[in-house]
Amino acid sequence: MAATVTHDTLTTDSDQVFDKKTWMGGVEPMKVSYGKLMMWFFLISDTFTFSALLVTYGLIRYSYPAWDPAVFGEVFKFSNLYWPSPEHVYNSVPFLHGVNLPLIFVGIMTFILIFSSVTMVLAVEAGHRMDQADVEKYMLWTILGGIAFLGSQAWEWSHFIHGTETGTTINELVNGQTIQRTIFGANLVENQYGPPAFADLFFFITGFHGTHVFSGVVLNVLIFYRAATGLYARRGHYEMVEKVGLYWHFVDLVWVFVFTFFYLV
Amino acid sequence: MATVSANSATVAHAAEHDHHEPQSFWRTYIFSEDHKTIAKQYLISGIIWSIIGISLSVMFRLQLGFPNMKLDFLRPILGSWINETGKLDPDFYLALVTMHGTIMVFFVLTAGLSGTFSNFLIPLQVGARDMASGFLNMLSYWFFFLASMIMLGSLFIETGPASGGWVIYPPLSALPQAHKGSELGMTLWLISMALFIVSQLLGGINYITTVINLRTRGMSFSKLPLTIWAFFLTAVLGLISFPVLLSAALLLIFDRSFGTSFYLSEIYIKGEALPNVGGSPILFQHLFWFLGHPEVYIVLLPALGMTSEIIATNSRKPIFGYRAMIASMMGIAFLAFIVWAHHMFVTGMNPFLGSIFMFLTLIIAVPSAVKAFNYITTLWRGNIRFTPAMLFSIGLVSFFISGGLTGLILGNSALDIQLHDTYFVVAHFHLVMGAASAFGLLAGVYHWFPKMFGRMMNEKLGYVHFWLTFIGIYLVFFPMHYVGIAGFPRRYYAFTSYDFTKNIFADMNAFISLAAIFTFTAQWVFIYNFVHSLIKGRKATQNPWKSNTLEWTTPINPGHGNWPGEIPAVYRWPYDYSKPGAKDDFIPQNVPYSQTPESNLPHENELIGLEKEIEAQNLNDQFKQPH
Repeated sequence: MAATVTHDTLTTDSDQVFDKKTWMGGVEPMKVSYGKLMMWFFLISDTFTFSALLVTYGLIRYSYPAWDPAVFGEVFKFSNLYWPSPEHVYNSVPFLHGVNLPLIFVGIMTFILIFSSVTMVLAVEAGHRMDQADVEKYMLWTILGGIAFLGSQAWEWSHFIHGTETGTTINELVNGQTIQRTIFGANLVENQYGPPAFADLFFFITGFHGTHVFSGVVLNVLIFYRAATGLYARRGHYEMVEKVGLYWHFVDLVWVFVFTFFYLV
Repeated sequence: MATVSANSATVAHAAEHDHHEPQSFWRTYIFSEDHKTIAKQYLISGIIWSIIGISLSVMFRLQLGFPNMKLDFLRPILGSWINETGKLDPDFYLALVTMHGTIMVFFVLTAGLSGTFSNFLIPLQVGARDMASGFLNMLSYWFFFLASMIMLGSLFIETGPASGGWVIYPPLSALPQAHKGSELGMTLWLISMALFIVSQLLGGINYITTVINLRTRGMSFSKLPLTIWAFFLTAVLGLISFPVLLSAALLLIFDRSFGTSFYLSEIYIKGEALPNVGGSPILFQHLFWFLGHPEVYIVLLPALGMTSEIIATNSRKPIFGYRAMIASMMGIAFLAFIVWAHHMFVTGMNPFLGSIFMFLTLIIAVPSAVKAFNYITTLWRGNIRFTPAMLFSIGLVSFFISGGLTGLILGNSALDIQLHDTYFVVAHFHLVMGAASAFGLLAGVYHWFPKMFGRMMNEKLGYVHFWLTFIGIYLVFFPMHYVGIAGFPRRYYAFTSYDFTKNIFADMNAFISLAAIFTFTAQWVFIYNFVHSLIKGRKATQNPWKSNTLEWTTPINPGHGNWPGEIPAVYRWPYDYSKPGAKDDFIPQNVPYSQTPESNLPHENELIGLEKEIEAQNLNDQFKQPH
């Protein structure tokens, strides 16, 4: 229901072109339909959901020391006394067992997700051209990208959960006695890579993001289906592709932050 | 060209409208997408919730005022929460306090107030056929309904509802073994609130979008009634703050059910050490109050907005300082986000940080004072009509001032350390946000009842209701300040075990409880008036208060789409009351300047030239769009 009317522009004294009537009512002032506006406001709201989680991450992260060679020894090893360095935790790639490839796999994941944003842009652009075949093609690529990302995340999680071959030996105080125990991998209660909070935050925040990606894929499939059955062609515009596209880009943008926090700093 | 084609679309649509099938009962009254029906649904739900919420407070006031009283007569309602000796169960006392707070803040004063009046007034006052998305609006109500049912259900489970206070601070709320009320009741609380937040989000994006996109031609932001400004800013506050509560609640759910340690660290419970390390309960407080503080303005701003409208209408004067009112609401809305830690002065925060939050908090006094003075100066030498709505609005201003003054005291961290968690705080926020917002809600009901139901409420009963409530509320909360200064802490089951509380203020507490029962009883006058007027009230005229805003240009019982023909255009601000030279003492917003040459100011005569352009700019009528 976008108001597709060009407005007369009034020239003010300062020779500045300014449409006085934009905010006078009776029009959609930002030339945006209500649905797209709602998506924007939803995204603002969701930004705060993620911000709260990332603030939580920051607060807990900085209540622990980082690994300092001068204090904790020259060779990095996992310990629940300090926050682990990400390149030691995320250093595996499927089928390359035992090869130290720090942050390569997550790099690939990130690339896939950002690439799926590119195909989404192409789908939106095809929608502007009313090119149904191209919308279908690029939506399909976007869906594939989303599924590939979720699959990679599943592998990343399962690797994180199963842990390294040697595990980490921790000291525990049980009934007044110190007991040594080797733990493998991580779950919500214990964690071989570092403090349990590290795993808690990793699972919660990447999981919350993964849930967003999953809903994005579901929406994309819906949009693909409706585009493929010609609903949008009959409707005369592909605005739904644009709205879901906004959501998809947002989810990608959030990943950039999640990626920065968990993998880079 | 555009206008011509738009008009032909109207004709086509009008023809199409004749063929609309009458909708079924379910679509008309239950799963309605009409904003007016949804508003009434919110209103009725809010009234029912307020009866429940206030009843709970009367129950714990009985315990506080009369600690030795036999409460066996409550057994039919409370069952085994009244123990064998006829006393209220101490665990259930905490549950009562918690549920009273939760229900009143979220279900009555957020959903019942903003849900009712944002829904009802936004489309009517900006000149729209309905909300931007009727479907999401309906969904918003039904998410709220589901949240309500879960919260209500939690009152009836064996372990009782949540009882960690409405702020649900961990670790108490995070450890089910800590307390009866941290078991299933707490889980249900969190589920209910998560659904409530979804409902708020759906409502909020709708309100904001409607105000931006669906204002009728001529209705610029500088001509919006202050009610709409208030609802708009309230929706923005909710949009930004509620998601943070959602995050906080989700993290708490994980701590409770899945063994994580976001809020837990180094805890002994029942002599046993818990394995949780690394979390921080202070973190929860930061996240909670990032919602919690804006929440008090979510509750208050709509009430202030409606008060502006009602006071201007019934003083027959333009609101004093229209732009200052908008600016101060914006100021309050902005400051709302950077003062949250004043709720945490005693929770182990860096004292330097405390003084920054103190400074920011005290700045809120400036826009608040601007508003208070503007209300008073609007009343000043006005042609005041004391309708019940007007009385409640003036009562709101009174509560806002007397409660706000103690806010200055509590905002000082040095003083707050003495008064924190005492009845002084309880008295402060009940006056400034509880009673003030409740008066806004009541004023709104009295004022817009004719538009909602096409009938007038009984004025005499309205006066009785006002005076009983106004006096009753002061009788409850004024003495409570003294109890607080004396050092009585809130949320305590009884004060009989401590030397410093044993012998003093027992009579004062009994007095407060009697006043609370008195005030609660007085509300039945309103309930009776509401129901009776609904059925037998005097038929309303189209514009009973001689008001300027657009809702009074609709038919007495507006139907689908609100206006039968074209939506009226708007030419002037909504506060042209008693304009010198005008023949009536009010000029509605849809009267063009060209029709009122006798009262136009010089700059308004210049605006006559714009009228044609305004009229032509009719491009967002929802009935002219394909739907």
